[in-house]
Amino acid sequence: MIVFTGVKKQYDDGFQALRNIDLEIKEGEITVLIGPSGCGKTTTMKLINRLIQPTGGTIRIQGRDIASLNPVELRRQIGYVIQNIGLFPHMTIAKNVGVVPRLLKWEKARVERRVDELLNLVGLNPDIYRNRYPSELSGGQQQRIGVIRALAADPDIILMDEPFSALDPISREQLQDELIRLQQELRKTIVFVTHDMDEALKIADTIVLMKDGEIVQADRPERILRHPANDFVKSFIGKKRLQSAEAGPAVPELAPTVDDVMVEQPATAFPNRGLAEAVKLMERRRVDTLLIVDKNNKLHGTVSIYNVLDQYAEENKTVADVMKPVEHTVPSGTPLAFALQLMSAKQLSNLAVVGEDNRFVGLITRGSVVRHMADLYASGKDGGDAHASAVV
Amino acid sequence: MLLLSSEFLQDFVDLIRERYPDLLRATGQHLILSAVALALGVLVAVPIGMLLAHHPVKWARSGVFGVANIFQTIPSLALLALLIPLFGIGTTPAILALFLYSLMPILRNTYTGFRSVDPAILESARGMGYGAAQRLMRIQFPLAFPYIMSGIRVTTVYIISWATLATLIGAGGLGQLIVSGIGVNKEELVVAGAAAAIILALLADGLLGGIERRVARRAHPKAASK
Repeated sequence: MIVFTGVKKQYDDGFQALRNIDLEIKEGEITVLIGPSGCGKTTTMKLINRLIQPTGGTIRIQGRDIASLNPVELRRQIGYVIQNIGLFPHMTIAKNVGVVPRLLKWEKARVERRVDELLNLVGLNPDIYRNRYPSELSGGQQQRIGVIRALAADPDIILMDEPFSALDPISREQLQDELIRLQQELRKTIVFVTHDMDEALKIADTIVLMKDGEIVQADRPERILRHPANDFVKSFIGKKRLQSAEAGPAVPELAPTVDDVMVEQPATAFPNRGLAEAVKLMERRRVDTLLIVDKNNKLHGTVSIYNVLDQYAEENKTVADVMKPVEHTVPSGTPLAFALQLMSAKQLSNLAVVGEDNRFVGLITRGSVVRHMADLYASGKDGGDAHASAVV
Repeated sequence: MLLLSSEFLQDFVDLIRERYPDLLRATGQHLILSAVALALGVLVAVPIGMLLAHHPVKWARSGVFGVANIFQTIPSLALLALLIPLFGIGTTPAILALFLYSLMPILRNTYTGFRSVDPAILESARGMGYGAAQRLMRIQFPLAFPYIMSGIRVTTVYIISWATLATLIGAGGLGQLIVSGIGVNKEELVVAGAAAAIILALLADGLLGGIERRVARRAHPKAASK
């Protein structure tokens, strides 16, 4: 547990970055610090590993005042991920990931084992990536390395300073999902700075909303959505607009399967999300139904806006409580014709595509079928564009 | 015209055959003058450049660069002459003069190299628990290395060329052949001295380039293969 007591930070030029911060960061949770730029969220985070020294108050980690600890040794016990990734361009991926273990003088073989283990954890094959250099990786892969580098020495606390904000929307969502998945296993104390409310709502156990060097509200996402402390909080939640782009239309083929037509990144939610969060997510993705998928990507059910609104008054319910089981799914690779027959016969508005072990891979919606047909029509015939755009 | 005449070629070949021990000795002297001056230049300019980049105090930086610039702009002949009252004649003042010339390019490249390291990378190193010295040696130095090396290469070529003037204050070297060639009006002697200096400069540059590529290949395999 990290406890801030009366923490102040005033710069030499008189600027008061932090006025009087009292905050408890709970163990094993993701605490998101959020607010407009200049609100002091990054400053607050950097106080924890003493990259910034406070001018008043104390910060305790597990009861120990960090001012009494050696800053370099303290930092080696705290994982750190920054916005611009900060991988060392002159070191291989393996060297980058092994930085802190080497600083801690681990044995060579142990470092190597740990590096391979971590690469596997984020789905990067060690044999392929171990000896590559950061410049040879995509932005999303680089930030995966940034995240596992912070995990390398198995620290209890990890600080993440807008780690995904420089990524494209799709990589960002993937990394957020991966972070949630990793956190289910690792249960680290994560302090995450962002300015993106959607990101905060998605990953946070606790959201700390800051403004002008003060904490405005610190609570569970569900509570903040339902009981915003003041107009500032309301406007901060409300002003955020749709950010993520939908996945592009599938490439047409001659004998299409469901995989060609499905939407690969439909709106999904984990079973433990609250109802207000579900509404927020539907609003953001402009959908009326969410697919409930767990961290292993297993499909549990669907929740429509009507299911949610029926029971919205009950604050403690999660989407798992109101979801409906999925009655019809098709395996990946099924011919599209079969899926269309099924949808037509059963009057389905959408149909989930699943892989092995009921793992969710995508969703066929009426819209995605029309889009697919429009593509075929437009590419198959000259002058078909006018019709195609009329259809879409 | 001169080079093409068969008479000149004959003289040149005779000269090499008769006086190759002199030629070798002069080349050796030249090499030592240049190498010692360069080594001193690297030992002084690289740490100062690192220090200036690390502690960006404006007056210190402009002061050091100003002084180094002044050395750079003093005409070489004048600098040699100025050093005679202080250090007499011979090898010492010659090395000193060459050393002073080497400072500026090495200093500037080292400084630029260290400043070019992305602050995000340094911040991330600090946040992960690199101490100040570890950051300097394991992060900044390897990343600044290509800049430092290119400064050293440029300087090496200049120094080998300038060292031909060292003979004027009695330090010997290939300049001796050139000056005596002018004195006795033997072009082949001038050409032999100049050619040896050129070959020396090319070899030194090639050697340093090889070292640079070896290190760079280890550090930035992609950049080096471009």
